[in-house]
Amino acid sequence: MNRRRFVGYVLAAPVLVTAADLHHGEPAAADLTELLDLNDIMTAAALPTSGLISVEINPDGTASFALPRAEVGQGITTSTAMLIAEELSLPLHRVRVTLADARPELLFNQLTGASNTTIATYTPIRVAAAVARHRLLEAAAALFGAPVTGLRLEDGVITDRAGRRVGIGELAATAASPKTLSVPVELAPRESFTVIGKPHSRIDARDAVTGRKKFAMDLDVAGAKPAMLCRPPTINGKVGAVANLGEVLAMPGVTDVVTVSTGVAVRAETFGQCIDAVRALRVSWRRGTVDGKSDATVLAELAAAELPLGPRPPTPVVEGRFTFHFRSNSALEPNCAIADVRGGRAEIWSGLKSPIVAKQAIAARLGLPLGNVTVHVTEGGGSFGRKLFFDAALEAAEVSQKIGKPVKLMWHRADDARQGRTHPMATSRVRVAYAGDVVLGYEQRHTSVTTDLGHGLGELFTAMAAKLPIGDAAFAQTFFQFSHTSPYRFGVHSRLLSETGKGFNTGSMRNVYSPDTTCARELIVDRLADRMGKDPYRFRLDFLRDERARAVLRQAAEAGGWGRALPAGVAQGIAFHSEYKGVSAALMEIDCRPETVNRPIRDGVGGPRVTRAVFAVDVGLVVNPRGLEAQMMGCVMDGIALALTSSLHLRDGYFLEASWDNYFYTRQWNTPPDLRIIIMPSSSERPGGAGELGVAAAMAAVACAYGRATGTMPTTFPINHGTLSFTPKPTIPPIPASPTDGGTRA
Amino acid sequence: MPEHTFRVNGKQVTVDVADDVRLLWVLRDILGITGPKYGCGINVCKACTSHLNGRAVSPCSIPVSDLEPADEVVTIEGLAATAGAELHPMQQAWLDHDVVQCGYCQPGQIMAAVALVHRVAAEGREITEADLDGLRNICRCGTYARIRAAIKAAAKNM
Ligand code: FES
Ligand code: FES
Repeated sequence: MNRRRFVGYVLAAPVLVTAADLHHGEPAAADLTELLDLNDIMTAAALPTSGLISVEINPDGTASFALPRAEVGQGITTSTAMLIAEELSLPLHRVRVTLADARPELLFNQLTGASNTTIATYTPIRVAAAVARHRLLEAAAALFGAPVTGLRLEDGVITDRAGRRVGIGELAATAASPKTLSVPVELAPRESFTVIGKPHSRIDARDAVTGRKKFAMDLDVAGAKPAMLCRPPTINGKVGAVANLGEVLAMPGVTDVVTVSTGVAVRAETFGQCIDAVRALRVSWRRGTVDGKSDATVLAELAAAELPLGPRPPTPVVEGRFTFHFRSNSALEPNCAIADVRGGRAEIWSGLKSPIVAKQAIAARLGLPLGNVTVHVTEGGGSFGRKLFFDAALEAAEVSQKIGKPVKLMWHRADDARQGRTHPMATSRVRVAYAGDVVLGYEQRHTSVTTDLGHGLGELFTAMAAKLPIGDAAFAQTFFQFSHTSPYRFGVHSRLLSETGKGFNTGSMRNVYSPDTTCARELIVDRLADRMGKDPYRFRLDFLRDERARAVLRQAAEAGGWGRALPAGVAQGIAFHSEYKGVSAALMEIDCRPETVNRPIRDGVGGPRVTRAVFAVDVGLVVNPRGLEAQMMGCVMDGIALALTSSLHLRDGYFLEASWDNYFYTRQWNTPPDLRIIIMPSSSERPGGAGELGVAAAMAAVACAYGRATGTMPTTFPINHGTLSFTPKPTIPPIPASPTDGGTRA
Repeated sequence: MPEHTFRVNGKQVTVDVADDVRLLWVLRDILGITGPKYGCGINVCKACTSHLNGRAVSPCSIPVSDLEPADEVVTIEGLAATAGAELHPMQQAWLDHDVVQCGYCQPGQIMAAVALVHRVAAEGREITEADLDGLRNICRCGTYARIRAAIKAAAKNM
């Protein structure tokens, strides 16, 4: 079968609009018995409606495409533009990629998750663009009266052998079709690529550096005034009574005060006045969903829910039990949305990764027919799992409906940290049995506070469940199994997940389980190597199954100078992780000497410093290496934070952390001065996903390095969780006062 | 309501708003200048960083009544004009190093970086790693390494 031949459509339209139809074209991937990992499931689920995505040629010589995904920083608008530029031989700056509104007919093909975007859209987008190319060449041939074979399309201009020229914009109308046609095309062969695989800078960079890039809160929607909520002191508490509603309504700038399901909403002329009004509200609160719970009680629940390991084998074993505390998946842009719900219609603007589910949920909440709800997907200021949910959009819709006015609703950072989504606390128990130089079996029991996956991924799996080769296992278990491959030759594997404890607002955070499960596994691998008297790097090299895996590991070790002499208190760690059809390896060097650990940092934490980070990655075909490098850099920063500094402390039913001076995400003073990302050349024809891939190996390598530098294997993450490095802010009022020292305190 | 007069990006403005409203909201909600971003509202994340008379400040934590008519506020939108070009050298360096991921923190990062380079130059020395470690702006996308590279490059052209 020719794997580059597909069928596409020319759609009936006044200008040339082409679309992809993969029902006949897609090889292999549709065979559900051959599903290998989560991404195969997502891609296969997306197939039946992929044909609806289309490329439009505009009279000004540009091509446009509405991407049914969310751009939240991962660079998919740029990589998508590159695919179109490649097939259409168009300069990148003449491809306009926008984000599509919620389109329920796309079903599962509008969910941005599990690093799936490039994997699922790589072929359909190219097919649509290739059909456009084909039509444009035919239109030029008719215009010139010359055969298509003698034409060249370059830089958006078609020339014939006689030197006649016509721009594609001039052909936009003549190449169009009054009725829908189906057209066979052949995609450009990999050897001829001039755009795909070359480094390109982001297409939205100029807007971002000049302040022109518009996020949801930057949009000017008529009448949409700032709104905020006064929220409960404990997680998911409910409003009892408001003592001074009238008084707050009379405050400067305040236009509305209203009780909604999640708190008391205020709308005002400015957000500053919203903050003051929220702080002035006197509300009696009812219980939350986890009142009285703390880190210790949740840990006890996890211990009780842990599934037993198998019978202890007669051979020697290495065992470990690891704890991963709650973590916040807050992006820098807080939860926010604009809503205008009036006259039986709703219009919503928000950075959403699952806009179809959001649209359905909003329609249901408002009691409106689906067709009366329009959901616009705006550019998102980071996601990390947070934007799979639409908490702010739902809330904004409710507030707008109640007061009958448009609102621009934003969560204060304190709300975002305390009532927002968190990555669930988890424990991971690992046992490895070995004899001599042979590993006989690997068992892992991962126990986690329930992860809320009710944003579309769950529906996607339900729809596919009947066809899954593993039968009707619970969804989370399915997700766990499918997102975990076994890279090492470790004999008999048994990995089980159990979830417990509802009531928390959870979600993924640049992956659901992998960073934690990988960190636990890699620490045990180090211990096993030690028992067998082997070097941690040599051990991994000996036990990794496939050559691609060994190649990234070798690359990281060589580039990072594995084994070089270092002073006492400074050490290297190395770790491996595979997922999303990608393989990755990290080498980290960490400085745990007291003078480094105790360096003074104002309103932040220093602690051990990663001084060198080398990360090697092979994701298959790379569309944009510069973008991939950026993603891996971000993953390394996340891995460092997860291992060393960032967590939430639960006490009496609420999280102590209320802002960035409490929640210690990696800052400049924690970054590795020496950071290198190595992208492996790949012979694969298919791209891999990357947005989340790098976190697991990075976190694990930091943990392994820390263990080797201090001589003690860390078992609780982040390692500084036991020390509270800040004074918790009050919970009533729920948000801090605006300071006045912005001009003096740098 | 009290009137407040000051300069923003080279233009005199007068706003009619309560004294204690912080400058960030005056810029964003009243004047429609949305480059400075909200990330914390308490002077810790630095996403709102702008310049006041050439110094980096956090508008989320400055009451508008603190401003005098001669005070010059420069936001990311007005930065290029201070260099008399279409892009400030720092913005150009940001493009050259493809720093931006989601972009939400970047206006603040760039404004902080420009002020840092000016301060270090005024002290008659070169930028050090310790200076870069001292930048407090958060980037939740983790663009720190490219930020450092871009600042070093721009410092040469400023
Ligand atoms: S919003 Fe001003 S410092 Fe965070
Ligand atoms: S680029 Fe997203 S927060 Fe910095």
